[in-house]
Amino acid sequence: MESVPGVEATRLTKIYGHGHTEVVAVQDVTLRVARGEIVALLGPSGAGKSTLLTAMALINPPTSGQIRIGGQLVMDGDRALVDLRAFRRKNLGFVFQKANLIPFLNARENVQVALEVNDVPPRAAHQRAMELLEYLGVGTRADNLPDALSGGEQQRVAVARALANHPSLILADEPTAALDSHRGRQVMELFARVAHEHGTAVIVVTHDARALDVFDRTVHMEDGRLKNGKSPGG
Amino acid sequence: MNLAVRDVRHHAGRFVLTSVGIGLLLMIVMGMGGIYRGLIHEATLLVDRVGADLWVVQGSTRGPFAEVSRLPANLEDRVRAVPGVAVARRFVSHTFQREHQGRALRLVVQGLSWPEDRGDWAPLVAGRPLRQAHFEMIADQSLQLPLGERVRLGKDMYEVVGLTRGMVGSGGDGLAFLTVSDAMAVQFDVPGEAVRLERAARQARLENLDLGRVTPQLSERALGPTSELPALGPPQVSAILVTLSEGADPARVAATLSTWPDVTVYSTQQQKDLLLSGMVDKARRQLGLFRALLIIISTIIIALIIYTLTLDKIRDIALLKLIGARNRVIIGLIFQQALLMGVLGYALAWWLGGFAFPHFPRLVVIETADLVQLAFIVLGISMLASLLGIGKALNVEANTVLAT
Ligand SMILES: Nc1ncnc2c1ncn2[C@@H]1O[C@H](COP(=O)(O)OP(=O)(O)O)[C@@H](O)[C@H]1O
Ligand SMILES: [Mg+2]
Repeated sequence: MESVPGVEATRLTKIYGHGHTEVVAVQDVTLRVARGEIVALLGPSGAGKSTLLTAMALINPPTSGQIRIGGQLVMDGDRALVDLRAFRRKNLGFVFQKANLIPFLNARENVQVALEVNDVPPRAAHQRAMELLEYLGVGTRADNLPDALSGGEQQRVAVARALANHPSLILADEPTAALDSHRGRQVMELFARVAHEHGTAVIVVTHDARALDVFDRTVHMEDGRLKNGKSPGG
Repeated sequence: MNLAVRDVRHHAGRFVLTSVGIGLLLMIVMGMGGIYRGLIHEATLLVDRVGADLWVVQGSTRGPFAEVSRLPANLEDRVRAVPGVAVARRFVSHTFQREHQGRALRLVVQGLSWPEDRGDWAPLVAGRPLRQAHFEMIADQSLQLPLGERVRLGKDMYEVVGLTRGMVGSGGDGLAFLTVSDAMAVQFDVPGEAVRLERAARQARLENLDLGRVTPQLSERALGPTSELPALGPPQVSAILVTLSEGADPARVAATLSTWPDVTVYSTQQQKDLLLSGMVDKARRQLGLFRALLIIISTIIIALIIYTLTLDKIRDIALLKLIGARNRVIIGLIFQQALLMGVLGYALAWWLGGFAFPHFPRLVVIETADLVQLAFIVLGISMLASLLGIGKALNVEANTVLAT
């Protein structure tokens, strides 16, 4: 596979707290995911997967190391080299274990807001939000507030929101925990399709061993370090 | 898509209830401004309506409204002889509080210089002006005296023949127009017993004087009505009102009158200024203080509610930052809610005021300039009140979303 840089973490270390409360959550991790590639991040609880993911999501500054996105150096240690919020809105999509929808916006508006903060005109944003919801099978729930949606439906709205701005990097932390295995697999397949069709770099933290076949590569983490990654086909 | 409105809809109950509270507070703020305007209007109403060019009052007093002024009634004739004076009238005005049909009746008895002035200028809503020299009255509606009602003032009964609207004295009490002579009779009325006692005392004093013993006719005079005793001088009035003849220079006439050592002369504007700088000024400062306090209270209430609404959605704000929303989206969300609360409160105040103000005991005059001023104040306090919430929201980190 031709390797266009998607996201690149170089010798990344994250230390929480200091003194005797110090926790080294991520230690000297170097990880590179190309555009068009979908990677599963595996490992036991407490291994540092979420920390690594949020660092690459530019919402959790690392203690040291560098993060490049699309070839551009954006974090050098805990120092931001770009306007992180602007960078997130243009380039990144996130899905977390919890859907984190805005409770006073209905399903469609939750997707639309991500488009509107990125300066998409309201009418176009409305239309794209509807398309995404329909694509994810929750088009009929567009007018419902999150409270009225099941966990799985909420999660699919969150996925729609992450895809809204055609990000170059999608980061998902256990996105299928609230879904049954069928729906969970569907979401994973969707991510894979987005990666392959739109050339997006996708990293998914997952515990669901049954869906691992949709990934190009899996990466294992333990005690803040990467174990030797096995990638199908190199 | 407007986030502020959507959030408000989600918390409609709390938001509306607070807005109603703010509305009531702003209504009182609005009403207090209106009461102040009403005070000015009422205080200067009579001075305006009486239509005098100059007011001649007792020397070195600020009468007849701000303090007591006493002038001999015949000063009228002296004033009339001054070049440039077209008309000189006696001004008699006195506040009474009487019992009428079991309720306290506060009224300002205002003398009209019959027969030239029959009260035709007063804004009659029913009945007619005065037609007789005695025992008729034009009463203001606020006195709640129906046409044909007979009211005892002094020793006589006065019949209500006409009704005016909005004619009140500087204290807000309704005016009752009588002819000057009736007004004076009412003002100088003394109970019969007092008259008898004074007459006996006069007699006794006279008998002790050499003059009394040698002139028996004097003691006969002393038994007559007090007002006919030359030694007691002519009847007293509060002021003489001067209307200037066409083309006369008010300053010159005033200068001429000012050379008389027994009187002081005021123009109508000066008379108004005396009223406003004195009694109305204290009320203005009092009302201003209350207005300021209520505005501060409104600001605090809006600030607290906006702050709690912000705390309620702190995770949502963090999420907005996570997906890259600019600060102006977040500031707009909070500020618009504060503004919406202010605007709703203001609209409610205006609407409720329309029903409430006419029932206030004092006249409430709502002027457009005051409404505009209050609108800007509400805009200001909304801005101020949102600062607390905005400060909180801007300090939230995007990764707060991840905290469980
Ligand atoms: N905000 C935090 N403050 C302190 N320690 C943290 C924080 N977040 C995670 N940790 C610690 O860092 C380590 C890695 O956590 P995490 O990245 O959540 O692992 P995983 O997602 O693989 O379960 C754990 O020991 C955890 O207790
Ligand atoms: Mg985790």
